[in-house]
Amino acid sequence: MRELAYYESKLEALREILAANGKVHLMGGSFLGLSPRRNLFREIEKSYPDRVISPPISELGYCGLAIGAAMAGLRPIVDLSTASFIFEAWPQVVNEAANALYMSGGQTRVPVVFHVLHGLRGGGAAQHSHSPQAMLWNCPGLEVVLPSSPRDVRGLLKTAAGTDNPTIFVDHLNLLELRGPVPENDEAIPFGRAEVKRAGDDVTVIATSYMVQRSLTVAGRLASEGIEVEVVDPRTLVPLDFQTMMTSVEKTRRVVIVDECHQSCGVAAELAARIGEAGFDKLRAPIRRVTTLDVPVPFSAPLEEFISPSESRIADAIREVAQGKRLKVDRP
Amino acid sequence: MLPEITRENLIDFCRRMLLIRLFEEALIVLHKAGRFSGHYHVYIGQEATGVSALSFLEEGDSIFTTHRNHGHLLARGAEPGRLLAEILGRRDGYNKGKGGTFHTNVAALGFLQASGVVGGIIPLATGAAYAIKAQETGRISVCLFGDGALEEGAAAESFNIASLWKLPVLYLCENNGKYGHGRDVGAARSSTLATYPLTDLPAAYRLPIHQVDGTDAGAVHGVVAEAIKKIRWDGGPQFIEAQTVRWPGGETNWPIVPIPTDVALAWDVNSVPEAARHWYRDSDPVLILIRELVEKKQATKAEINQIQKGVRDVVDRAVEFALASPYPKPETALEDVFA
Repeated sequence: MRELAYYESKLEALREILAANGKVHLMGGSFLGLSPRRNLFREIEKSYPDRVISPPISELGYCGLAIGAAMAGLRPIVDLSTASFIFEAWPQVVNEAANALYMSGGQTRVPVVFHVLHGLRGGGAAQHSHSPQAMLWNCPGLEVVLPSSPRDVRGLLKTAAGTDNPTIFVDHLNLLELRGPVPENDEAIPFGRAEVKRAGDDVTVIATSYMVQRSLTVAGRLASEGIEVEVVDPRTLVPLDFQTMMTSVEKTRRVVIVDECHQSCGVAAELAARIGEAGFDKLRAPIRRVTTLDVPVPFSAPLEEFISPSESRIADAIREVAQGKRLKVDRP
Repeated sequence: MLPEITRENLIDFCRRMLLIRLFEEALIVLHKAGRFSGHYHVYIGQEATGVSALSFLEEGDSIFTTHRNHGHLLARGAEPGRLLAEILGRRDGYNKGKGGTFHTNVAALGFLQASGVVGGIIPLATGAAYAIKAQETGRISVCLFGDGALEEGAAAESFNIASLWKLPVLYLCENNGKYGHGRDVGAARSSTLATYPLTDLPAAYRLPIHQVDGTDAGAVHGVVAEAIKKIRWDGGPQFIEAQTVRWPGGETNWPIVPIPTDVALAWDVNSVPEAARHWYRDSDPVLILIRELVEKKQATKAEINQIQKGVRDVVDRAVEFALASPYPKPETALEDVFA
């Protein structure tokens, strides 16, 4: 199987999506963020001058515009670049798009995709480092997608472009240079199918987005300590493949959840609650969360590292769960 | 003035405007009787704007409306019974009881979203215009909103984009507080906007602007005809401010006004408490049209009475239909979240 960099796979998907469906319009041009690869997007822009457009700095206006265009027959994919900027468009995303189908009694469909780059990026500080996926998961009506590999970004982006529901495509800058296998004729990856990214019998780690890759690194290291970690990637939060997660939890009976949202009411909190409700009797150790600590994100590198779901915090959590040690609760 | 349309269409305008009026007055009675919960907004006083403006739309045009949507839906031909069933939260409502008065929507008539968030539809309507332009369908997008929506950033952002990209959208701002601009003139409620007239705001974004007396069906008809012709011709946006005067019955601190409206008020307002008579004499678009129809010999008083009788029957049947419609099964609350 050929190997591609994540950014190559993502661009290939965008090209294929644009070629396959004339109703797809791209709004905004930072699908690769401010990475050194960003100029590669310009080639796509040149190929489709009428369908790749640069809106004014008006997130509320152009996200609403994309939603309205979707209601009227297009399939816009909007790039908001930094995920924190989706807050500027919040009323349109969560109060218009998410509610449209429901409050119209099934009449108005909104096939729009919002692409955002979330998480700790190294120096993003408080206003450019958000992981809004848990807040968005709290708004029924939105599909929430978190790719973590070159293969997944392509397959999930293709599904996002074809779904009839408003979809948040939550990507991560730190994944862009990752290399991995991507089949030539890869089909779209359906939403709601988790993937076991690494098999293991001792501890289940449920991780999302870039945290999947970080957890895989930690898992490799812990294998030498005799702890075999199974890494499960939900890939989409809405819809959620809970069964695959529970199958793993029932096997290992120990679970750590790794996600970049702030801890309180975050993705890990919801997954932990569901696992607790469905399988408390299966667990041999308390569920452990490794997330961004509940403080605004600081700028200085050692401060950012301290509050992040770092490799060392992930490894510590896995070791504790594996040994059934008493929890050390993180508090700022 | 009377719209420049056939006599048959004039009678149809009259019937639709009266239907909106009597429908909403029936709604007020139902609400006072506790037949539905929550608050609601009426279109009374604005009937000429909705009926005249929306008469130009063709199949495939997109319409976006607000919490004050009943008049727009009825103007486009929504079934009064199903509309009322929705407002009462019943199974036969257009939205299966999930929208209610704020979000009643009839996709088959071109309505794409009724948003209860002030200004919420302005970007959406602009987006539908983008889709229309991209797909070269030759249609237009119509955005109906109140003067308060101009206070939202969404309006300014949308006007900017529509102007830059020459999108085929008609922004129809229904300013129902004509004598209430600013709190300085002592109005109970009105927009709070530094620009005056309101059209200064869209004008700053270089939108072509028009102002019209929204109580005058003929004046609205003329201005909208011109604006829509320009949109269909050169594709760019147009902005209309239709000014109306708030119905005195809509304010709790005003005197109680008689409902339902009787067409006889067109000639004799003595049954109305004195403080509210001015509205029925000068600002009620339904009565204005009726007076003109009779004065210009387009209809006799007897014909007007016949129209009223017919509309009352329609409203009575709608109320019966809506009250007979069962509530939705509770578990249907879990449906329609995703397509």
